[in-house]
This record gives sequence, structure tokens and C-alpha cells, in this order.
Amino acid sequence: MSEFPNRANVVVIGAGIVGSCLVGHLARLGWTDIILLDKGPLPNPGGSTGHASNFIFPVDHNKEMALLGEQSANQFRDMDLSVDCGGIEVARTEERMEELRRRMTSAKAWGIEAHLLSPREVRELVPFVNDDVILGGFYCPTVSVVDSLETGTTMRKEAIDTAGCQVYANTEVLDIETVEGDGGVTTVSAVVTDKGTISTDYVVVACGVWSNRIANMAGATIPLVPTVHQMADVGPIDILAETNNEIGYPIVRDMDSFCYERQSAGSMEVGSYGHRAILHHPDEIPSNEEAALSPTEMPFTPDDFDEQMEQAIELMDMLGEAEIRYAINGLLSLTPDGMPCLGETTEVRNLWSAAAVWVKEGPGMAQVVAEWMTYGYPRVIDAHGADISRFYEGERSDEHIWSRADESFIKTYGIVHPQEQWGGRRNIDVGPYFSRQQDLDAMFFQARTWERPQWFGSNADLVERYGIEERPVEWDNRWWSPITVGEHLNLRENCGLVDLSAFQVYELDGPGAVAFADQLAVNKIDVAVGRSIYTPWLTPDGGFHSDLTMMRMGEDRVRIVTGVFDGGRDEFWVRKHMPTDGSVTFHNITRQVTTLGLWGPNAPAVLGQLTDHDLSQNGSSYGSIVPIQLACGGRMVDASLFRISYVGDTGWEIYVDWDNGPALWDALMGAGADLGIRPTGGGVYGSSGRLEKGYRLMGAELESEYNPLEAGLARPKVKAADFIGREAYLAARENGDPEVLMTVLTVEDQTDSHGRRRFMQGGNEPILLPDGGRIVDSHGRASRVTSAGFGPSVGKHLLMAYLPRELAIPGTDLQVMYMNDLYPVAVASTGAVFDADDTRMKS
Amino acid sequence: MTLLILCDHDRGTLAEASLEALTFGRDLAQRAGLTCEAVLIGDGAESAAGPLAAHGAVRVHLASHAQLTDYGPEAWGETLTQLARSTGATAVMACGTDRGNEVIAHVAARLDEPFVANCIEVTPGDTWTTTRVQWGGSLLEDATLDAGQRLVTVAHHAVEATPADTPADCSLVQFTPDLGEEATRTVVRDRVVLTQGITLATAPVVVGGGRGVGSEDGFAPLEDLAGALGGVVGCSRAVTNNGWRPHSDQVGQTGTRIAPEIYIAAGISGAIQHWVGAMAAKNILAVNTDAEANMVTKAGYAVIGDLHKVIPAITEEVARRKG
Amino acid sequence: MRILVCIKRVPAPGSRINVCDDGQAVDTAHLGFTTSPHEECAVEEAVQIAEEHDGEVTVLTLGPAEAEEQLRYAASVGAHKLVLIPIVDVDWDPQRTASALTTAISDLESSEGPFDLILFGNESADAGGFQVGIRVANALGRPVVNGIKGIDLADGTASARREIDGGFEVYEVPMPAVLGVKEGINLPRYPTMKGRLASKKAEVSSTTLEAPTGGQTRVRLHRPVEQVSETVILGTGPEAAPAVVDLLEELGVLS
Repeated sequence: MSEFPNRANVVVIGAGIVGSCLVGHLARLGWTDIILLDKGPLPNPGGSTGHASNFIFPVDHNKEMALLGEQSANQFRDMDLSVDCGGIEVARTEERMEELRRRMTSAKAWGIEAHLLSPREVRELVPFVNDDVILGGFYCPTVSVVDSLETGTTMRKEAIDTAGCQVYANTEVLDIETVEGDGGVTTVSAVVTDKGTISTDYVVVACGVWSNRIANMAGATIPLVPTVHQMADVGPIDILAETNNEIGYPIVRDMDSFCYERQSAGSMEVGSYGHRAILHHPDEIPSNEEAALSPTEMPFTPDDFDEQMEQAIELMDMLGEAEIRYAINGLLSLTPDGMPCLGETTEVRNLWSAAAVWVKEGPGMAQVVAEWMTYGYPRVIDAHGADISRFYEGERSDEHIWSRADESFIKTYGIVHPQEQWGGRRNIDVGPYFSRQQDLDAMFFQARTWERPQWFGSNADLVERYGIEERPVEWDNRWWSPITVGEHLNLRENCGLVDLSAFQVYELDGPGAVAFADQLAVNKIDVAVGRSIYTPWLTPDGGFHSDLTMMRMGEDRVRIVTGVFDGGRDEFWVRKHMPTDGSVTFHNITRQVTTLGLWGPNAPAVLGQLTDHDLSQNGSSYGSIVPIQLACGGRMVDASLFRISYVGDTGWEIYVDWDNGPALWDALMGAGADLGIRPTGGGVYGSSGRLEKGYRLMGAELESEYNPLEAGLARPKVKAADFIGREAYLAARENGDPEVLMTVLTVEDQTDSHGRRRFMQGGNEPILLPDGGRIVDSHGRASRVTSAGFGPSVGKHLLMAYLPRELAIPGTDLQVMYMNDLYPVAVASTGAVFDADDTRMKS
Repeated sequence: MTLLILCDHDRGTLAEASLEALTFGRDLAQRAGLTCEAVLIGDGAESAAGPLAAHGAVRVHLASHAQLTDYGPEAWGETLTQLARSTGATAVMACGTDRGNEVIAHVAARLDEPFVANCIEVTPGDTWTTTRVQWGGSLLEDATLDAGQRLVTVAHHAVEATPADTPADCSLVQFTPDLGEEATRTVVRDRVVLTQGITLATAPVVVGGGRGVGSEDGFAPLEDLAGALGGVVGCSRAVTNNGWRPHSDQVGQTGTRIAPEIYIAAGISGAIQHWVGAMAAKNILAVNTDAEANMVTKAGYAVIGDLHKVIPAITEEVARRKG
Repeated sequence: MRILVCIKRVPAPGSRINVCDDGQAVDTAHLGFTTSPHEECAVEEAVQIAEEHDGEVTVLTLGPAEAEEQLRYAASVGAHKLVLIPIVDVDWDPQRTASALTTAISDLESSEGPFDLILFGNESADAGGFQVGIRVANALGRPVVNGIKGIDLADGTASARREIDGGFEVYEVPMPAVLGVKEGINLPRYPTMKGRLASKKAEVSSTTLEAPTGGQTRVRLHRPVEQVSETVILGTGPEAAPAVVDLLEELGVLS
């Protein structure tokens, strides 16, 4: 063996599926001086890859997981280390059958072949299934089984052969050293191992269940927790041995018992996600030497498995006589929100995370990280849901991670509603009006850690006033209330008061603030003091990194207001790109200011009771920010009136100091008492009001895969100043008309095959041609519903979706699939379907 | 003040382990101020007495009885018990072999005294202190021994048998135990050579092949080596999945769990599932091109190299030594 | 045919075994537990004999309350009755253990009839005292042979085989008898899923016993200074053959 190296460009820690694929992808992208380390031996260093069940069910409701799963499956196929055995998810309950219909819909969205099977048809494919206990199955012929360890070996070999990658197994990382880099930014500098110290420019933590512990060495966090998934290998079973291969029968996922049965040569692997959540601290994981099997194959706790065993026998009688030959409490990684942790850590520059990734998406996720490191952003897919910078401080504590994992483990095979709320770890971040809202019987939805009222129980009378009906199907009603329609109609008729405290508010200060702000934003920030700028922030490739409002608050001061779902990512983006010469300072003032939205035809009259200021478009023009004092409870409160609207009616976002929020709330509610003011929830602000206006939402309509031209957010001219993504943006403009356009569609008939009125949820339901064909552009991007909601003021269910330009014409008839039924839809607009000329907002 | 050391023999052939016991015991006797005396039991014992003096025995007790035709744990245990009583021995010891531990346990049961098995160190005193082997050597236990007559065995291979600097002036003493029917009911009645074929589960040597063997034909050299060593061939799951060997040859969680004296794992990376089946082997020799393969790391011994060259070379060397 | 098997719950460690700070026990924080391997084979042997001779298998253990897990495992592979002698101390010394087992067996025999055969493991995987079965047999006045790798029963006699170089010694032991069996006597079956589920419902009778401590007292457990866990590389390529054969000679497999 050659002498242990002391210098590298990049050190990847962890030689499981992720680290091994990562060095391969880095090599493909031209990286050199790569070192891969693992404390265990090869090919199985003892992490989760070594005991993975190695199958890929490509259909997922989540776009990132589905597309990266498919992308990974194809990489395994390209290496010839994959077998398409097919897989069937079986249902024991009608509720599950409905979920399978939902899965059919997602399969259609991603273009994955799938079939709904009768119990008899399931039995034809898997003759040992007891078809009496199931109602049907969801069959996907491209479900595959892969050889993850051999894949790791192949990818490492590629990196060694093409880029001279050096691989050191049985090498334990003892520390990760950092230095204070330019501008005082903590930057990774070296990896200390038991064989020596390697100074390096980049470090990637691909350490699976150990990732947080390793990241902690550098002062960073990777919020995940090692969690047990039980598996038992039972056999031998003749009918399986007779296939004479690794797998000859489709994998069966017994969804309602949270179990799977996967043939493994002559025996059956029964895996469970149905037991209690069993979480471990990384320090509780034994070393390779201490472990009886491998470190992540912990001692089996049979009591936790018995119920699944009974259900497995119920489904496959032959399993009863099969011998339990090998059973483990296998460890895998869970994160607070179920998504991976990819990207540069927020705490330490050049320290990257490639963690909480399962075998099924390993190669694809590795590609994402490699591209991110190379190009400054992933190219293969928008990965904002996996971006590690999405986590707020409150989401990185063990208390939070453990609570979420404890609650979510059972959801692995669960039926999870798109709007489903967490039970634990609530009320972490609340606005100043929280107690008032509780008194008003508010239904809170949690956005990351922030509580936001979705509707107010106190407005129940509006349901009767406007004659609003419940939705006929429970699923459509779940996490929804007709009150939200009442709040919407009341806002359009009178006015509504919306709590926007969860806005993430930052300020840039200093002589370089405006120039730096211009560097971030597509639109010009160097405008008159007191003006606001609604602008995209682009990726280097010209897609959306973010979409937000910036405000020129002073000569050398710019405020940034972004949504709560993107605050972490945006703050990190700012810090990462900020000049290091001290010309700009960054302040997170989220907890210093609070925002209330006051909108509706009566909004000026309500606000007029607190001030003598001219509230017409003369004194408070659309888009302007006016400093003002408001009379609140007998005292004057400093406020900024920002005339803007995300709901389509006139009014303001009113910014005051956090501590003055309650006084302002009380004053406005008092002033509006006779003018029909109602507290109004996110169901209007984020959904129905927004959709009627066709406003795009970051993370839904806006992703890094789409550019401002496609989103319909391009301005006539491009500013002269440079900004991130400018070159790509200019190139896109020069290419002429965009291939796709964002549209609003109306559902023309919501009646399903059972005669019930249905309401699409906005969960990637595919938009289809009249003949049922998928709509896919030349980049492979499928037309699918990015947001959906009922538009009370237009009386139609509204959908947003990108469509090829030739279809993005009002009046075009198309279809949408929902729960495996088809519904006629019509393109309504590329802009608003309500008050299209903005008369209500701007007059 | 006597230390009695049971010396095992098989129908007159002294067991090597007995000399280890003597080597350990004469040193202990010296430190404890005891005389080091050997005990040989049963037919043919006298012919085994030769090397005992050279290894420090100052007296050899030759126990004989009409019923002591062959080894018998109860008969030997009873005999040694009677000798211990009649000599008033301070301590009785043996080597920690199957027989040594068994006989001393019988003495312990009969004397109702404690017995400390498989020691690597014994320090005499008012209360003796011992260090003994646990977990097959993975752990050591320090234990005190508080007894009227002290019973210990010395762990096999804990010391190397070496002659004393000066051979003892040794005398032979005959001893005839009083043995009833009960004591002789467990004397060996027969000896058999196992005629049935060796199985994977019981073979003393298993030569295993993995993915690295490459083909069905690639197993021929492994068969040759197994044949030369009186062992059998096993394989990993990758091999059965490829159809190179039948499932009955598979070592692992879903195959057979083996416990041979040595497992020679050729071209096997060492997946956990395979390891589960092989880990009970007393010794593992991995033959692999990859020095960092799991099997190499876990094995006690390894040869780094191509099994297609290494295995035939071993077979050749075995043949050469066997002549 | 009534058969009793005495088993011990032991940790299932990896190649490195850690010791608790007080030195009194193995640190089992990361570890699962199993039945000591020789005894697992003893249970299998008993079940096979019972199947052949229409017998009943009782399994007895002295250990912590958690040892119920090992009793149920025995039930899952065919044992009929389960008896636990619960103790709270880390480990009883061999004399104390044997004394308690003897009492328990005598009590079982007086209430349910004598056992034709009592099986022990040759030695426990952890303490390795090599004596409990022999002490119990002596106390019960029954013949006992250790190291058994084959048992045939006929006409009130247990023909037991013990492995030696090049073959087996054969013992003809009159029953009732006690045998200490060794791993390799059989291939213990794995529990079936149904067997596992049925074992959950099996009754475990518990009997509290006291016994005087013996003369062997643990001071501390510790790891040997030099661990032999490092792989010994015998060489590279075919040139390593002589070193390999040296090893084979040393292990005595070059017969």
C-alpha cells in the first residue's frame, strides 16, 4: 500500500452506496485528487447499504423522490446490476384501494407503467398470495432489485480508473478540522484519521446513520436519526428455490400491515415498517469489531415483529412453516421531514452532506450532490426538498429529529394526505397574535416550525351566510374546511386580516448592500428608497432558486421578505454569496418585525380609522412602502405600509415591531368590526385567493427546472447589472418563446365515476391530452398540477400547470387525472382568472 | 504438601497437553512450596511415564484397576479423588483439554470444592488468585479460589511444554483405587471411525468459494484441496444464485452454518449473510485479491492473491509434505 | 421419554467484547442475547429424540428474568415445558448454579416424574466453567459424559459418541443419564414463523431458589492486553502456500 496521502481536493467520507456513487459522479464531472474513506472494510463497510433490501418501487407521490428513484434505477440498469422483477402493492382495505388509485395517478404523472389488479390477477402473478385477504393490487412491472454493494464497487472502480481516486477502507475519521476563511467564514480544512491527516478543500459526509456525528466534528449538523427497520429472512421455500435466481416473483408490499415480502433466492425476506419506532443515537451503534453482525444490523427484538409475522402468514400461508433464519433490527436514516439531506452544510463552508439517502435513490442523489458541487446547483432535477439548508435551527435538535422520526416511521407505508399535519413538536415558532388566534378557534397548519392559522373556527357562521357545502368525499375534506371558502368570500365582499408573521425577513446593510442585492436578483434593486421589488433569484443555470420581495429601505439598506418554506435556503444563499470584504452585513430580523395583511374592498376604510394619511393610490401607491404611524389602543405605533396583494383585493402588508403586533391586531379588528373584517387564514392567502390571481408559489410552480420566461415572470427588459444566472437567463431569452408556459386551468366537471364531486389536491396530478396521453416537453418535463384549489369567486376548481406553448391557450380542452379518474379541464389563463386587469387591487 | 497433576494419555500414548500442565505446575509448585507429582491412570499408563520426570515430576502415581481398561470420566475422576484424599493434596490440576476439564470437574463434584477452569495464571497464597480464559480467549477473568483442596486446569496452549532445567529425581508409586460399578459405567466401550460421508456441518475443513471463483469449473481446484485435507467444499450465495453449485453447498444464513477447525474462504467478499454461517469456524483463512475485503478483515489469517493460483499451490504443498 | 435440557442465556457479541466499568460483567449495551451454542444443539437433540421416542422436552434455565426469551426460543423449536429460576446477580458461580439446578431438577422430578435424560451444553459460551452438568449429575447420582457429538437410545441405554482424533469414543451410559453435548452433534433447526408465534403463548413456570455461594469468586473481567483480532497475512500469491500448510499442520488438520 502506498503512503497515506496528506493532501486532497475532496475527501468523501463513507463508502456505502452514496459515497461510492459520489466519487464516480465526481470523476465523471472532471474532479481529481479525490479520496474516499471508510472506517469499515469493503465492499460492505457495515452501514445501511450492507443490509438494504435493494428494491426500487419507482412510483412516489413526491416528484423529487419519484424522479430520482427512476433516475437511480436507470443508473443501476446501465451498470447491468439490476433486475426488473416487478412489484405489487396490495390493499386489504378500501381506504388503501383509494390510495392505490392515487398511486396510479402518480404513476401516470411520471410516465411509469402501472396496473390496478384484482385479487385474482395478483394471485396469477404471485401464486402464493392468499387472495381472500386482499381487495386488489397496484402492479408496477419496472420495480427492480439491484446489487447495491456491487454498484458501489463498480462506481469506485470507475473513479479509480478515470480520476485516480484513492480509496482507504478500515480508516476511521477522528476529526474534521476547520479554519476561519475569508470574511470569518468557518471553512473545512482537513480530515484527521487514524492513519493520518489529509488537508483538503472539500469534505463530503456520506456516512449514512453516522452522518450527524461526523458532521458534528466540524461543528455542522445533519439532522437525521438512525432508526430500526426490522427484517427477517425466512426459508427455505421450495417454490422460491425453484426459480433458480435471486428473484423470480414480483415483490409484494402488504401496505396495510406495513410489510413487504421480497424473494431472496430460496427464501423470503419479510421487512416491516409496522413496528414501534425504535430510534438510536449514533453513539449507541457498535463498531465493526463490537457488532455481532454488522454495526447497522442490530440485535433483533422479536416481540416487535410478531404482529407483522402473523399478517405475513395471513397473506402467504407458506411463510408459517418457513424457518426464521436471519433476523435483524436494521438501521436506516430518518430526517425530520422524510426527505434527504443534500448540499453544503450551512455551518461550515465546503463541508457537504450526502446523507439520509436510501439505496433506491442512491446513485441519483449522488449525481445531484456531484453536480451541485461542480455547477453550484443540481442539474438533473430540482432538489429543493432535499436541500439541507431548508432546516431551521429548531429542526436540527435531537429533540425535534427524534420526535418527527417517532411520528413518521409508521408513515413509511402509510397513507399520507398532502396536507397532513404533525402531532408533536408544535408551537415551536408562533406569531405575536397566537393567543388571540387560539381564542378565535384557529386551525393551525405548521410551516416547517412556524404555526400559521389555516382558518378560524370563529368564522363558522360564514359557511351558512354563503351557503357553502362540505365536500362529499372525506379525503377531499381532510385538512380542509368550508370556512375557508367563507373567509375568501368575506374578504372579497368586506375585508380580511391575515397573519403573516411567518414571513422570513432579512436586512442587508452597508455600503455594498444594494450592489450585492442586485447581484442576487433578476430585477433591479437599485431603485428609489421606499420602492419594493418582486423578483426571482436565479440559479447559475437560470432556473428559480427563489422568488420573493426585496425592499429598498434606505440608501444602504435592503430588506428581503421570503416565505417560511424557503427562509433557510434563502438565508444560506445570501450568506454563501455575500462579499467577504465587510461591505455588507446580514441581519435576520424575522423575530423583530411582524406583518399583518389587510385586504378587501373595505380595507382602506378600516385602516383609515387608524391614520389620517392619504391611503389612496396617490398617498400609498401600489408597490410602495410608506412609513407611517398608526393609532393603536390610544398610542401611536410606527409602521410600514406596503401596498401589495397576494389575494387579489386592495390592501396592505403592514409591518410593525414584533411587540406592537398585538396592539395593531386589536386596533384593526376593532376598526373593522362594523366593516365586516374577519381574521382570515392561509386557506385564502396561500390557496384560493392566490390561485384566482394565478400567483406562482416558490417550490410549487417555481423550481430550478423552470426559468422566468416559462413561469411568465420575465420582464420586458433585463437590467444592466450582473446577477447570478444572468448569462443563462439572457440565453433563454434569446432562444425566443419558451417551450412551456405556466397556466391556470379550470376543472369543467368535477364528477367522478361514482357521481361524486371531487377536488384535486395539487399533488402532481397529471394533465393529459383529450386522448389520455401524457404531455411531456423536450426536456422530459411532464405537465402536472403544481397547485390546486377551489376558486370561490369564479365558482370553479382551479389548477396550475406548465403546458407546452401550443396548448397554453385559453379554451384548450384537456384532462386531469385524480385518484385514477379523468376529469375535463380547460385552459383558462396564463395569468389571473379573477379580476384579470387588477382593477380591484390597483384602483 | 502436594500438587497433583493429572497427565492424560491414550492407551499409553502421552498427550502433549500433559507436558504443558507439568510445565505450568512445576513452576506453581515451586512458588507454592509444593511437591510436583504426576498422576497416570489406567491400562498402559506406565509406558506414558517416560517424559514426566524430565518435565519436573518428582513422583508419578500410577493408578490401575481391572475396570480401568480405557478412559472413563467417572472412573478417572473417582480415582483422582481418592488419590487427592489419600495424599492430602493441596491442589490438583490438569490441562484444560476436554478430558482434563472433565476429570477435574468430577473431582470437584466429589470433593465439593470449587474448580477454576482454563487458567493462564495462578498465584498461590492464603486464597489463590487466578486469571482464567473466557469467551474463547476474548476476555480474561480474575477470580479468587478459596478452597480446602484447590482444583484448577491450565488453558491449553497457555504455556509451551518445556523440560525442567534439571530433571527431577522421580519415583513411581502404584495406586489402586476402590472403584465400584457406578464409577466404571462410563468407561469407553468402543472406538469407531466414522464411516458416513463428511457433511458441511461436521467437516473439520471447509474450502469455500465465492463469486471470485468465476465458474462452475473453477471449483475443481477447491475440490482438490478439500479432498487433500479430508474436508468438503462450500460456497457463498452468489455462487448458488449463479447456478455453479447446489444450494446444499451454501454456507450462510439461508444455507448451512459450519463450525470446522478451519474455513478456507476463497474469493468470498464476506457478506454478512455468509459470515453468519461461517463465523463459528475455529479459524478462518481468507484468500482474496482485495486486502480490504470484509472476509480478509474478519478472518484470523489471509493470503492476498488470486485464488486460482493460491489454492493449487496449497494443494501441491500439502501433497509434498504428506509425501 | 422425559428429557430435560439446561440452558444458559448469554450475550451474542462481536469480535471485540467490552466489559462494564465495574469489571463484573460483559457490557451488553449493543448486544443481543442467545442460547449458549452447545445448549442450542442440546435442545435440538432433545427435540429430535422426543420426536423419535414420543417424548417430552422440558427446558430449564437459571438466569435473569429476560432468560424467558431463550426459553421461548426453545419452545419455538419444539420444547414442551419451560422453567425459569430467576436470579438478580450478574452470574452465579458454578457450585451455586449446580446446587440450585439440582434442587430444581429434584423438585421437577418429584412433582412430574423422573427424567430419562438430562442434557447440558459442554460448557457455557461466556463463563466456560466446564463443570455445572457434572456437578449436577453427581449430586443426582447419575452417570455423566461430556463432549458428546452423537446419541442413540436403545433399551434403557444411551449410546453416546465423543469425538477424538480420527474417530469417536463410544460410551454406553445406563439411563437415567446426564450428557454434556457439543456443537456439531446436529444442525439446530430454526424456528418457523408459526413456531415463534406459538411460543409466545407457552407457559413459563418460575421457581425462586437460593443456594450457597461457592469458592470461586470473580474479581474482575478484562480484555487481554494483546488482542489477536488483527488478521495475520500469511503472504501474497502462491508463495504463501508453505505458510498456509504450516498453519494447517499446527491446527492438526493435515492428517
